Parts: sequence; structure tokens; C-alpha cells
Amino acid sequence: MINGRQLYLAQRLSAVLLVPLVLIHLALIIIAVRNGLSAAEILGRTRGSLLWGVFYTLFVLAVAVHVPLGVRNVMTEWTRLQPRVVDAFCLLFCLLLLIAGMRAVFAVV
Amino acid sequence: MTSKTSDTVQPDRSQHDHVHAQPGQAQPGDRLEVSIWRGKRDGGFKQYAVELRENQTVLDIVTEVQRQHEPSLAYRFACRVGVCGSCAMTVNGAPRWTCRTHVNQVIAGNQLTIEPLRHLPVIKDLVCDLAPFFEKWQKAGGTFKPTKSRLDKPEPIDPQSPARKTANAAIECINCAVCYSACDVVGWNNDYVGPAALNRLWTLANDKRHADREQVTDLAFQEGGCASCHSHGNCTRHCPVELSPSQSIAALKKSAIFGLPDVE
Ligand code: SF4
Ligand code: SF4
Ligand code: FES
Repeated sequence: MINGRQLYLAQRLSAVLLVPLVLIHLALIIIAVRNGLSAAEILGRTRGSLLWGVFYTLFVLAVAVHVPLGVRNVMTEWTRLQPRVVDAFCLLFCLLLLIAGMRAVFAVV
Repeated sequence: MTSKTSDTVQPDRSQHDHVHAQPGQAQPGDRLEVSIWRGKRDGGFKQYAVELRENQTVLDIVTEVQRQHEPSLAYRFACRVGVCGSCAMTVNGAPRWTCRTHVNQVIAGNQLTIEPLRHLPVIKDLVCDLAPFFEKWQKAGGTFKPTKSRLDKPEPIDPQSPARKTANAAIECINCAVCYSACDVVGWNNDYVGPAALNRLWTLANDKRHADREQVTDLAFQEGGCASCHSHGNCTRHCPVELSPSQSIAALKKSAIFGLPDVE
């Protein structure tokens, strides 16, 4: 079983990781799209790139940890749902983020 | 290790200074309109007219109302000098120790509204049931467990050691539940143990005579523990004895990463 301290650490450390990842991701979008890149051109650059594969895998992992934990806190404070229901929901949400995110990573690299 | 945290919330000094009447504010001899909560949580306010005097505390007002107007009014106090922590009420919207709150500090015009504390069951009028407050104190691990029996020699504690100074900074809690009432998270999250209990846990974390020191971090991070705190510092702002529960909580949070401070 994961204890409260580990959940807290997971949320804080994933936040620390997400700071540079999000900034690079945003910068990338702005730079890539500025000259009107097409989807094909983008895929041409990301396909087969180990660097972008690792970058976005990390991104997806950090998001899948950080976001459901935040949602869990919000649900605990703002709904009267049982803790077990909240935990189950957030675990499912984490899996959904992981699957959808990794699918996207595989699609572009 | 003395813990430095990013906590910048300062206690509200106006709770402690004797503030003299502002211009436009009621003067001694004027009639105050005092609204006092009657009944349980589903009760309502009743109005009383009380004369404003020099050097009058909110507790004096409540006492006068009970003696002169409303013998059935229930309220709680004991020491009247800010030691016992039993007289806390919500005064003009903020939780305060009423025996040390001068009326001039809090009246708005000539209005004074006195209600029971927030987040606790109301027994009657201004009296709350503090059982949930103390149950959470226990749940948080706020009970001292000795390492020695009374047959052993007492453990020498250096009052100048960093750990003792850190513990001392948080130790003078009078259990008034003012911080508990001031904390919005207590209202949002039934499991949250609240600022006073976590402040207490932090003093135990810095006490080498506490037998359960090893468990402090796990207790701090149990469901409803320090991770639920939003660090908005309303507890510290209202604590009448100028403790900083938010700083104690921040220090507990830090122990998730750096472990507990060294007490030797
Ligand atoms: S700092 Fe934490 S304990 Fe204090 S009032 Fe805010 S949420 Fe409550
Ligand atoms: S920490 Fe301060 S406000 Fe909270 S119970 Fe103790 S004395 Fe009262
Ligand atoms: S009556 Fe004891 S603290 Fe106010």
C-alpha cells in the first residue's frame, strides 16, 4: 500500500519535474507552429527521435502521477464521496492518462 | 535543526494591543447593539443593548447580558486572563479569545456580533462541543509517550539546544480551538485534524523524551494530516498566543523529504 507520505512526495516531485517539461513543451509548440508547420512536417521531425520519445514519455508519466493526485485532493475537499470511491476514480483517471498519453507518444515517435 | 520555512504569515497584532476608540466609533456611555447567537446551529441571533464602558472585554459583555438580560444564556469561561482557552467565540466574524479581546478592538460602529466558534457542534448558544477537536488531537498523535518511568532519573534537556528552542516556539498552546475555527480546510475536509493538533505533533517531533518520535512523519502524513493544509495561514493570523501552526505544519511537510530534525 502507498502511504500518505509517499503520495505527498510523488505529487511534489512530479510537480518539480513538470515545471521544465511544461515550459519546454510550450516553447516547442510556439516555435514549431510559428512558421505554419504542417502535421506531416512535425511528424517528420519527431518520428524515430529517441530524445522526443524519452521527453514525452517522462511528460506523460509526470502528468499521470500529478494530475490524479490533485484531483483526489479537490474531490476529498469538495465532495462527500467515500475515500474508497475517490481513490478508485483517481486510479482509473491515472490509467486513462497513461494509456492516452503513451498512445500519443507512440503515434508521434 | 531549527526549521526555517517560507511561512510569512504574522499574527494579527490588533488582537493584543489595547486599541482606543477611533473617531466616529462608539464612546464610553454609548449603547452597543449586541447580537448574540441563541440555540444550536439552527438557532438565530437575538439583540441586546449594552452600555459601552472603559476597559470592557467581549467576555464582560456576554456576562453582562447573561446577568442583566438573559439568565439562560450559555457561554463558557474559566480563567478570564487568557490561560485556560475556554472562552473562544466568533466575534464580528473572527474567532477570538473573548476574555482578552477589548471591545474597542472589534466593534464596528456600535455593532457587536457574538457567535459560537465555527466547525464544532453547538451545544447551546455560545458553547461548542470540543470533543471533535480533542479527538483529532489524539488521532494526529498529539499524546506524549514517555521514554522513562518516574523511577528513572529525568532526562537532562538543554534549554538552549536547537530542538528545544524549536519545540518551545510552538508549545504554549492553550487549546482554545481558535485556529481550528479559523481554518477553512477544517470545514471542507472532515478528516483534517487541523492546525492545533499538527502544531502539537511538531513539538513532539522535537522532543527527545517522546517515545513515538519515529512515528511522527507517518502520523503527520496520514489521511487528513499535514498534506491537507493549504498554507494560507489563517490559523497563525488568529492564534491569540501568537503561535504559528502554519510554520509547524510547513516543517512537518518538509520532513517528508528531509526526515525529522536531529534532537540530540
Ligand atoms: S495554514 Fe493550514 S492549518 Fe492554517 S488555516 Fe491554512 S489550511 Fe488551515
Ligand atoms: S495553536 Fe493557538 S489558536 Fe490554536 S488552539 Fe493553540 S493557542 Fe489556540
Ligand atoms: S477565560 Fe480562560 S482564556 Fe479566556
